[in-house]
Amino acid sequence: MSSAAAVFVPPWRLALRRLRRHRLAAAGAAVAGVLTGLALLAPWLAPAPPDRSSLAERWLPPGRGHPLGTDELGRDVLSRLLHAGRVSLGVGYAVAVLVAAVGTVVGALAGYHGGWADTVLMRAVDVLLAVPTLPLYLILAGLLPGGGPVRVVLILAAFGWPPVARLVRAQVLALREEAFVEAARATGASEARVLARHVLPHTVGPVVVAATLAAGHAILSESALSYLGLGIAPPTASWGNMLHRAQDYLWTAAWLAVAPGCALALAVLGLNLLGDGLRDALDPRWRQ
Amino acid sequence: MLAYLARRLFQSLVVLAGLSVVFFALLAATPGDPVEVLAAQRPDLLPEDVARLRALYGLDDPLPVRYVKWLRGVLRGDLGYSRTYSQPVGALVARRLGATVQLAAAAFALALAAGVAVGVGAAVRPHSAWDYAATGLSAAGLAIPAFWLGIVAILVFAVWLRWLPAGGMMTPGVEAGVPAAVDRVRHLVLPTVVLAVGGMAAWVRYTRASMLEVLGQDYIRTARAKGLPRTSVVRRHALRNALLPLVTLVALAVPRLLDGAVVTETVFSWPGMGLLLYQAVLGHDYPVAMAVLMLLAAVTVLANLAADVAYAAVDPRIRYG
Repeated sequence: MSSAAAVFVPPWRLALRRLRRHRLAAAGAAVAGVLTGLALLAPWLAPAPPDRSSLAERWLPPGRGHPLGTDELGRDVLSRLLHAGRVSLGVGYAVAVLVAAVGTVVGALAGYHGGWADTVLMRAVDVLLAVPTLPLYLILAGLLPGGGPVRVVLILAAFGWPPVARLVRAQVLALREEAFVEAARATGASEARVLARHVLPHTVGPVVVAATLAAGHAILSESALSYLGLGIAPPTASWGNMLHRAQDYLWTAAWLAVAPGCALALAVLGLNLLGDGLRDALDPRWRQ
Repeated sequence: MLAYLARRLFQSLVVLAGLSVVFFALLAATPGDPVEVLAAQRPDLLPEDVARLRALYGLDDPLPVRYVKWLRGVLRGDLGYSRTYSQPVGALVARRLGATVQLAAAAFALALAAGVAVGVGAAVRPHSAWDYAATGLSAAGLAIPAFWLGIVAILVFAVWLRWLPAGGMMTPGVEAGVPAAVDRVRHLVLPTVVLAVGGMAAWVRYTRASMLEVLGQDYIRTARAKGLPRTSVVRRHALRNALLPLVTLVALAVPRLLDGAVVTETVFSWPGMGLLLYQAVLGHDYPVAMAVLMLLAAVTVLANLAADVAYAAVDPRIRYG
């Protein structure tokens, strides 16, 4: 191999190397990864089925047999916690993917097409960013009855894409004027091809960062909605709805309030640290 | 500047009008209506009665007619009548508004003051133990769900230590004088701190980043080089410029503060607008929901406008034509 070829390292590999050296980001990735793994393996790890209730075993404090105790229906809290992770993390990841996709399409359209499309789409983004989202979630939750995860994903994604759209638009606006884009156009590539092959690949980095942070945000929003009783409906467990009744039982069964909140905080912290680390790793200014 | 202000005010009105249509349509599309809620509570109502009530409330009118009726009322200063609370919406919302403003203002002031102070402290000594503690705690503050923090705070300070009340705004019966004031403050402490944490964490991060950026500038080195003491460089030269961009963020913090208020008020049974909105949406009390939603939207839109104007006022480089 010639020396020139040996020196060239693809940019994504550089970024990966920086990410691995970023201790906080690595820790964040590890936390999020472990929690995701636990959630995926829930059916095999959980000591009991998450919905099996037993009147004889209600209100058991943490102890042998039930490491995290049992709830008001005698269900094993640890088992519910593990299965709830599938729902809560799943909602977070699904919203992140949807938000990234919709945001990229809208941002690319607005930035590349310009003109009236840009005006209309960006005004919509401005308005959506200016309104408190939780009241909107409340209305939508009333509008779409049922308590399934898909519904929550749709509600959260419907208002989650504007920041990504704004980000992608700014990138596309800058890239559109670059010499290599002009060169691609000069070779006779269609507009769609220029956009897809030459412009959008450069926006992937920032979008991944935004999607990672959006996943954490979606997990928090899902938990708030479910805590209010408008998100994931029981008996399906989510970290948020496990806390829905916990407040009523604080005086008698405080352990019910502890574990789901810790799981939520850890998951969101992990994703936030990973997102911040990715941003540092992908930032060209950071290059040493 | 005046022309700019007039144009922005007009744009804000257009945005608010558009939002009112969207809110109204979304609420109207929600399955279930106030009469259904009433009929569920009163099984003695005959189907004819229900039909008559629907006609009386104008629920059978087409959507645009209902919207125009509502809008005409609002323009005359009549926000409608809450069937859940059996009183005019205007008086109801006005009373709740006071409670929310009290909570939100206290939390906002606490978050801003503590967040900026900690952020500056962290930026002045980067990579010190203090810096790591500040960044670590702010990362945690952004990750912890506010409602869970509220539950834990209630558990520790109300259930275990019994220092503070678990919710509500006052103890019934404590009406006047110093005991009443103390009672109010004791009720305010936990919700304020819980609502402030998320904002505080964000302010620490913004302030630290902004301050670090400014401290790396040439003019700071110049000021240090000409022999100015460190504290006066930080206070006179760096702080002013570092806090400039934060003016815009104040406005962007408003929607998040209101989001937090909805949840915090629910956790602490704080009789404010968040709790009111939550109950209004669940109970299909549309005039109430519309009033609260429009008020929240108006506050947010105005905060954005105020931020742009304030930014021009504090930064001489910015001129609006």
